[in-house]
Amino acid sequence: MSDLKQLEFLLESNKISRREFITRVSALGLTAVASPFLLSGLGHAATPQKGGRLKMGLLGGSTTDSLDPAALTDTVQLNINWQTRNALVEVDANGQPVPELAESWEATPDAAQWTFNLRRGVEFHNGKTMDAEDVLFSLNHHRGEKSKSGGKTLLKQIKEIKKTDKNTVVITLDGGNADFPFILSDYHFPIVPNGTTDFEDGMGTGGYIISKNKPGVRIITKKNPNYWKSGRAHFDEIETLCISDANARSTALATGKVDVINRCDLKTVHLLEKSPKIQIIRTTGTMHYTFAMMTDVAPFNNRDFRLALKYAIDREEMVKKVLSGYGAVGNDHPITPSMQFFDKSQHQRAYDIDKAKFHLEKSGLKNESVKLHVAEAAFNGAVDAGILYKEQAKKAGINIDVVREPDDGYWKAVWMKKPFCAVYWSGRPTVDWMYSLTYESTTKWNDTHWKNNRFDTLLLEARSELDTAKRAAMYAEMQRLVSDDCGQIIPMFADHVMGASKKIAFDKVSGVRELDDARNAERWWFS
Amino acid sequence: MNKILNMVLKRLGLGLLTLVIVSMLIFIGVEALPGDITEAILGQQATEETVAAFRKELNLDLPAHVRYSQWLYGIVQGDFGMSLANKQPIGEMIGWRLSNTLFLAVTAACICVPLSLILGILSALYRNTPFDRIVSMTSLSAISFPEFFVAYILIALLSVQFNIFPSMVTLDEDMSFFQKIYEVFLPCLTLSIVVMAHMMRMTRAAIINVLSSPYIEMALLKGIDRRRIIVEHAFPNSLSPVINVIVLNLAYLIVGVVVVEVVFVYPGLGQLMVDSVAKRDLPVVQSCGIIFATTYIFLNLTADILSRISNPRLLYSN
Amino acid sequence: MIKLFKRSPLSARIGMLVIAVNLFVCIAAPLIAPYGETEVIGEVWESVSAPNSILGTDHLGRDLFTRMVYGARNTVLLAIGITALAFFLGIFFAFLAAVLGGWVNQLLSRSVDILMAFPTLIFALVVLSVLGTSVPSLVFVLMIPAATRVYRLARALAMNINVLDYVEVARIRGEGIFWVISREILPNTLSPLAAEFGLRFCFVFLFISSLSFLGLGLQPPTADWGGMVRENAGAITYGIMIPLIPAAAIAQLTVGINLVVDWFLHESAGRVPEEI
Repeated sequence: MSDLKQLEFLLESNKISRREFITRVSALGLTAVASPFLLSGLGHAATPQKGGRLKMGLLGGSTTDSLDPAALTDTVQLNINWQTRNALVEVDANGQPVPELAESWEATPDAAQWTFNLRRGVEFHNGKTMDAEDVLFSLNHHRGEKSKSGGKTLLKQIKEIKKTDKNTVVITLDGGNADFPFILSDYHFPIVPNGTTDFEDGMGTGGYIISKNKPGVRIITKKNPNYWKSGRAHFDEIETLCISDANARSTALATGKVDVINRCDLKTVHLLEKSPKIQIIRTTGTMHYTFAMMTDVAPFNNRDFRLALKYAIDREEMVKKVLSGYGAVGNDHPITPSMQFFDKSQHQRAYDIDKAKFHLEKSGLKNESVKLHVAEAAFNGAVDAGILYKEQAKKAGINIDVVREPDDGYWKAVWMKKPFCAVYWSGRPTVDWMYSLTYESTTKWNDTHWKNNRFDTLLLEARSELDTAKRAAMYAEMQRLVSDDCGQIIPMFADHVMGASKKIAFDKVSGVRELDDARNAERWWFS
Repeated sequence: MNKILNMVLKRLGLGLLTLVIVSMLIFIGVEALPGDITEAILGQQATEETVAAFRKELNLDLPAHVRYSQWLYGIVQGDFGMSLANKQPIGEMIGWRLSNTLFLAVTAACICVPLSLILGILSALYRNTPFDRIVSMTSLSAISFPEFFVAYILIALLSVQFNIFPSMVTLDEDMSFFQKIYEVFLPCLTLSIVVMAHMMRMTRAAIINVLSSPYIEMALLKGIDRRRIIVEHAFPNSLSPVINVIVLNLAYLIVGVVVVEVVFVYPGLGQLMVDSVAKRDLPVVQSCGIIFATTYIFLNLTADILSRISNPRLLYSN
Repeated sequence: MIKLFKRSPLSARIGMLVIAVNLFVCIAAPLIAPYGETEVIGEVWESVSAPNSILGTDHLGRDLFTRMVYGARNTVLLAIGITALAFFLGIFFAFLAAVLGGWVNQLLSRSVDILMAFPTLIFALVVLSVLGTSVPSLVFVLMIPAATRVYRLARALAMNINVLDYVEVARIRGEGIFWVISREILPNTLSPLAAEFGLRFCFVFLFISSLSFLGLGLQPPTADWGGMVRENAGAITYGIMIPLIPAAAIAQLTVGINLVVDWFLHESAGRVPEEI
């Protein structure tokens, strides 16, 4: 392990402070810029201003929304969650885990036991002081037989959670996981008071307190005067409006009815941008759109046929027409260039009719016709993407029939049921997390039914490998395996495209999820 | 008059039966759709065990007929139950939205019903004149535009371009009546444009249809002014189809305005229903369904009664 | 027929011309369209002035004019067919209910109440999941709600006529119910029904496109006018006129059909003294 990498790991796992890290890096004769870990610490020129009433018009809210951390799924829920609550760990704009309600943490050398030291004196909105009991309750809420939490699988790796004293929690895993702090930053795991049964009041330790909550219509929160974080949560009041029509959102922004909107209509965003009062914020995150082929169903069980389909898609045209340029081409694996362990040496697959024809010939399935199932629910523009794909593949002699499925029930009736369908993945901040979510042969969401022993072995080994270089080599090999063999066609990574009034200011914006990882209420301010 | 009372009582009884059947059909229909609330809420995160645990918590593991009877039993006692998705009492959720929906529908109806009747009568009176042609052409073109498109055009003009009316509706409990009217102006205008042509054209057609009747000829021979003939003789006798079309459109204003609600961010019942169907939140779907069904049954009954009153022969026939 | 045409006013002739042109486009679509229905020929939303197309391109770079032509072929006949079917069923049952009265009336009318009261969204989704996304299921989903509305109107009209003296006389004379329906009731209710047809057709047209919200409409990449308005609608806020083109297409056909309906109304009320 190189010295710098080792220092980075120490910093990452909070074994050393940032200041110490800088001193030691300097001692190595390196400039601080050499490490991406420091970027988040170097203050930006703009100083946040306090005050103001932020109005957001967001897609992703529904009348049936609940604020139970176990049932969080969509944008508005996530945003309110982070307005009102904190987790143990926060992932900063550079994709690194930083302390939130845990002041620091350390792991055993095999990364199988983690000790979290809680921040002292943090109060919930109701005045109760947060302690280890609350942490235990909040995490156990997602564990055990009876739990219906969406975060349940993430915490499966936990063998035991116990408190050693009022402010220390020790978590034992059933195997090493160097990325465990990332897991605790997930939106499912905010810390709520011990014994909570009704979560709808949004009780937490966060920067804002709910004053009015009409799910699917609007939610109003007021600044928590007692907030423990300094330099965060700048607004006096926030009004979060649920606006599901794209046109209504952009009009609301253009007419000044709201200050921030998410998911701009990509077809018209360049027109919206012309307004002198509006800025478009785009972040390249981990969200990717896929066409999943089941590798155990004919004709997709034929590797050459899969490759033919992978060469027969014009990724550039997809990005240009489906994403209006707000995205990047994909290379049939889910790792983005912004992620640690991305292997940039791998060749980018291009639209190559000759190669597609070659592999089609080799597969011996020349007159095969396949059905591609799509719906807008799969991702924005999935139907259009399917239609374009059909036209592109036609030139390579591959016949794709696009079948539009109803949005309603798509995830139940089509995804994981039809052998070839459109899917979106919001992605995960770490390579291990993403791979174990959908690519490991045993995972529930392995929607391509891809089984590759080499891949599975590497995944396990890499997970507990603390040597960054060795780990990188393993992930590079896995990246190639997925790209060349797996049933996943990943033509594009979609940017998060948001619109905001020019009055809104911010530091570097995280790309993990939209709206600064759903934490814009805490991170942004009025200039 | 006894006959009418008799009919109303009979129809109300049948209406209740209809409601039960409709609610049962909705229940069966939503059950038949793929997936249930647990999977809809957990989405991509649904695994067998989380789904099973969730189902148990919501009593979804009970057989369908048991759940339906429980729901029906609750309704009979005036208890709409709880939303499965966020455990809020449905009565509260719906009450506020229903009042919003009715407010929009009534405001729109107050504009478009009188206006389309007047335009319809005038068109019949001056039929085949340029006035008639222009009114017909304009209204026909207007209904050819999908309603969301009408809304977009109105927003582009009156909201973005000239900034006269708000492009989205924000309703607060403490707003005055006129503030509310101002807020809902654009959705109201959109709805009026969308439904007016139908009522207006039917009024015109129905009046023209009775103009050949002997009593009109008689009136004409008596030398009565043609305006009076149309307004006092032809119009009352053509009321029956007009009433039916008005009622159809009123029902539409209450149950069919989801798209307008979405475009103007209006917190009405339609949006709640769509959200709940998507999430398979059956008790909420059922409650919305009951309200919509009641609307239809009530309005159809009203139409039948008014039709009878408007035609004395019907009133005394068997 | 020819005599009838010769008597027709200018407005009706325009209407007939519009309908004829539309039908011609339906039939001859492949001959008229310069490109294939789904062919991508250029960039997104190229303007009218683009050298290789007449009306510019749509949101995927397909030729808009070609899509319009095929849109006519795909939806006009379908909409007319569905409307006609809905009218046939709606009127048939309505007249039966009106003439027979009693329990037949109650049974039919209450069934229609149920159908009308059943939320369209759930109805469409259920039919879809049972029958799958095909043209017959589409026809079914569109036809049933339209037929119930026609039933309401036709029954109200027929009830009015049914109690008139000449119908009573015909009954006493011993005429059968189908004679009464076809000779007495139908002719006297035709004009309002024709007016309803002219509008119902337009509603069906728009309903096809609104169903594509649910994924039930015509399968892509099939072109349909309502769907084309929807796909491009957002552009109108920024002053781009592309969505107006398919909207105008729906409007011209609706107006055309109603011009003919107006004339029909006028004809069937032909005995109206001129002064009124």
